[in-house]
Amino acid sequence: MTSRRSFLLFMSTSFLGSAHATPAEMQAAMRKVIGSATVRPGKVKLEIPPLIDNGNTVPLTVSVDSPMTAAEHVKAIHVFTEKNPQPNVLSVRLGPRAGRASVSTRVRLADTQTVHAIAELSDGSFWSGTAEVVVTLSACLEDGLI
Amino acid sequence: MSQAIVSMPKQAKRGEVLEIKTLAQHPMETGYRRTQEGVVIARNIIRTFVCTYNGAEVFRMELHPAIAANPLIAFTTVATESGTLEFRWAGDNGYAVTESAGITVV
Amino acid sequence: MGRETRAMQDDDATNPAMFWVLEGETLFRKKEGSGKACSDCHSTLQGAAARHPARDAKSGRLLNLEQRINACRTERMDAPAYGYESRELLSLTAYVAKQSRGLEIQSHENPAVEAGRRLYQLRQGQLNLSCAQCHDERWGKKLAGTPIPQGHSTGYPLYRLEWQGLGSLQRRLRNCLTGMRAETFPFGAPELVELEAYLMWRARGMKMESPAVRP
Repeated sequence: MTSRRSFLLFMSTSFLGSAHATPAEMQAAMRKVIGSATVRPGKVKLEIPPLIDNGNTVPLTVSVDSPMTAAEHVKAIHVFTEKNPQPNVLSVRLGPRAGRASVSTRVRLADTQTVHAIAELSDGSFWSGTAEVVVTLSACLEDGLI
Repeated sequence: MSQAIVSMPKQAKRGEVLEIKTLAQHPMETGYRRTQEGVVIARNIIRTFVCTYNGAEVFRMELHPAIAANPLIAFTTVATESGTLEFRWAGDNGYAVTESAGITVV
Repeated sequence: MGRETRAMQDDDATNPAMFWVLEGETLFRKKEGSGKACSDCHSTLQGAAARHPARDAKSGRLLNLEQRINACRTERMDAPAYGYESRELLSLTAYVAKQSRGLEIQSHENPAVEAGRRLYQLRQGQLNLSCAQCHDERWGKKLAGTPIPQGHSTGYPLYRLEWQGLGSLQRRLRNCLTGMRAETFPFGAPELVELEAYLMWRARGMKMESPAVRP
């Protein structure tokens, strides 16, 4: 007998559906990217509005403190979430030609959560940064009415 | 309707960091939404975005369903020489869009 | 709305509404049945959006911008009207409205505004709410975690994050009515145009922001 709550989740037309990733799945997705290397907190700055207007479209900028020279630069930046249906958000490949290790985009966030970013440097080291976001639902859900 | 909009300077000094903003028109359907009848709406997203500068790849991004509709991708590249930057978006259902912009480097 | 949403709006390079504006520019220059394009008569439509809804001189009907565009098409261009919320009508409206960006909304008291005011203050639907109860009496307070705005219609048509697309003021009003569990008026209904007229009067003197971005 399905409970009323799971019935409502099933009927929901939000992009979320009834799937939620777990923090463990996020850790697994991160491991895929960094292997067995140690990740140190630092160098990575995640800029997301702490209270967002709409979880559909959240401006996000991730930047890494690096001179971006041939000798010392950021090779890749990865962003993950803990509560979206799946943990991966984006991966960016860079090099010294970037000038700055920074990318801005707009993401979807399903729930109030912590967003994580991991940067891979040219020396093989991994660094991380996080940002906490509060996500509220739109007050009047329109269910696709046009 | 134009599928993509690229904004970047037309001219720059050698060594200057170019700020490039791109917009692609795409619903980025996550694959998690359902119709009123409960049928899953199939995933349909842009998967990759690549920028090449006179043929050399200078930026690449992999997109997942967590990227919002009509994605903005803003990034930088160093103005090394005059020429053409090409921007390529590729995704599900054979989605492939290319835009290019010229740059004069002084 | 937050700082970042406003930044998204103010930069043409990041505002998704630009897709519709660019398409609108193409349509504006497209020759129709009469052999003419909008651009053949109108070198610019700066100020038009800031003055609508307005009464059509010939027919005496109150027309919003979308209806004005369609009236021009059917009466002067030998072209069919575009459907409400169609890509073409949204694009043309966005292109025309953007030309009024930064201009003050022009409106004065008249019977249409008064009719709109009565609708705005009317309790409707299963929740027995009027627009005024939220947007006049409780703006700034929260409804389910979201701040209630005053609801000034300075930026239509706009890219709404909730829609992930561009839509008209009438679409937004219909959504609100649904949210209030009230019967919505159909697109183009005189009640909706009167409400638009009242909202523009309420926003008189404020600067146009079209095409805006809103949560």
